Amino acid sequence: MSQSRFQRWFDLKGWSALLIGAPYIWLLVWFLLPFLIVVAMSVATNTPTAPPFSFGGEHPWVNWEPFSRVLTDGLYLRAFLTSVVNAFVAMIFCLLLGYPMALGLTRVSTNWRNILLMLVILPFWTSFLLRVYAWMGLMGKNSWFNGLLTDSWNFLVPMSWAMKSVPMMHTNFAVVLVMVYTYLPFMILPLYASLERLDPTLDEAAMDLGSRPYQVFWDVTLPQSIPGIVAGGMLVFIPAAGELVIPSLVGNAAQPMIGKIIQDEFGQARDWPMASAVAVALLILMVIPTMIYSHYQAKAERLK
Amino acid sequence: MKRSPTFLITVMCFGFAFFYIPILSMIVYSFNASRLATVWGGFSTKWYVSLVSNDAVVNALFLSLKIALVSATFATILGTMAGITLARFTKFRGRTLFSGLVVAPLIMPEVITGISMLVFFILMADWVGWPGQRGFTTITLAHITFSMVFVTTIIQARMIQSDRAIEEAAMDLGSRPWQVMFDITLPVISPAILSGWLLAFTISLDDVVISSFVTGPGSTTLPLLIWSKVKLGVTPDINALATLMVLTVGIGVFAAGMIMSRTERRRQLDAQMAFRSDD
Repeated sequence: MSQSRFQRWFDLKGWSALLIGAPYIWLLVWFLLPFLIVVAMSVATNTPTAPPFSFGGEHPWVNWEPFSRVLTDGLYLRAFLTSVVNAFVAMIFCLLLGYPMALGLTRVSTNWRNILLMLVILPFWTSFLLRVYAWMGLMGKNSWFNGLLTDSWNFLVPMSWAMKSVPMMHTNFAVVLVMVYTYLPFMILPLYASLERLDPTLDEAAMDLGSRPYQVFWDVTLPQSIPGIVAGGMLVFIPAAGELVIPSLVGNAAQPMIGKIIQDEFGQARDWPMASAVAVALLILMVIPTMIYSHYQAKAERLK
Repeated sequence: MKRSPTFLITVMCFGFAFFYIPILSMIVYSFNASRLATVWGGFSTKWYVSLVSNDAVVNALFLSLKIALVSATFATILGTMAGITLARFTKFRGRTLFSGLVVAPLIMPEVITGISMLVFFILMADWVGWPGQRGFTTITLAHITFSMVFVTTIIQARMIQSDRAIEEAAMDLGSRPWQVMFDITLPVISPAILSGWLLAFTISLDDVVISSFVTGPGSTTLPLLIWSKVKLGVTPDINALATLMVLTVGIGVFAAGMIMSRTERRRQLDAQMAFRSDD
């Protein structure tokens, strides 16, 4: 690609150096450099000094022990498994609830659509922490919501199974529920964007050719919305897998997720190399879905 | 539509109930007279009174607003520069790295961003003696860094849509680069700059995880204060705080929506007038 005329003009007057340089240097100093330090620290040795790590020692320069512990110690493997399972289940439920909502948004009148879209986005502008907190109020033992669930449970099951309250707080169920609640807009918006672009005449053509509504959905709508599904899925899965706030407030402390492990290794255990190794492992885990995503994107671009 | 979307409407009703019942429940219980946050004990506004007379809450709110104002402004300046560069400068040394750097903070887990910045601040304090104490400055620096990339995304998307011909015309007519920038490019993307600033402001005001790492003694932002209170359980004054925040945001978003639709309507009207006078 050649330089644009805009750029050549700016180069000529020496303005482009400033325009490129300021944000570039900022990100290099405050993002890339700190990140590279963490990557380097993941092969350092934990020492009782301040700062608590050093290079060298018995293994000259590189110490692979933190990484081998990530791969062999059950604590880390269980935490990774909990994170991936919670994030994946939350993603599936977001999809199951978000897809019909996004499809519904494309089917209502323009006035309703604008109002409903604003209602989807509005919770996103309110505090994330307070949205988690709202569910703490609902899930607690004495809340009206828990009472409602308990009563309907006791009504439906035999007497011997009756419960005083539904144990929701401090479970993985609570984590998934709150994740679905907080991340659902991230699923709905890309799905809506991809569904809105679809050509309605394709649906009509399929129906004219005798497809039943569910066949139209399965054969026409769904395959065309896969980019939206992938984008929404990524936007839910990636932050959910690294989530720290939700599991620490409503999760089961005996089954920590990986974010909590990183925080504890870093803070309480003061083992910075171990925290860094777990962090790098988490990033590698996230790079895989990201690569799948960019693969899909590149494919979609080529099709265009 | 020929197809009856009963199923879709049912799911949408359920979905919006799912979105708003927890928030409504929180608002209702903020007027609860009982200290037990989950048992209704009559109507009362005492939690609002105790909230505004609580110095810790008021100080935390002002600290958060200060950080959000400063960080959103810097993030908007840097993010706009990056967005314009990526959209208009097709070729420069290190472009690949740069375009990676503006995406990476978006997908980086907050815990990792928080830890890497904290380690960096600690090591810097060791090596160059700065920052001596963590607090306002370190939180602001962290917020600028991870919210500027959101601004970049918005600006880049807007720049790609906007018409380069106007900029080229200005160049042909002999404008200097800064004139092109300030007379054409920036006014054209000004709505995107505004929404970028608002997004950066909200992100900063809402951040818990990164702030919890890079903060220092005596610098408690509002989300950090809420987090430390909420960890101990549900309390009625947090319900009151949540209600105030939801109402503020709700009114703000509603007003912004109204203003935007009005300017949009005016612009369409102006365009129609312009076409008519052409005839």
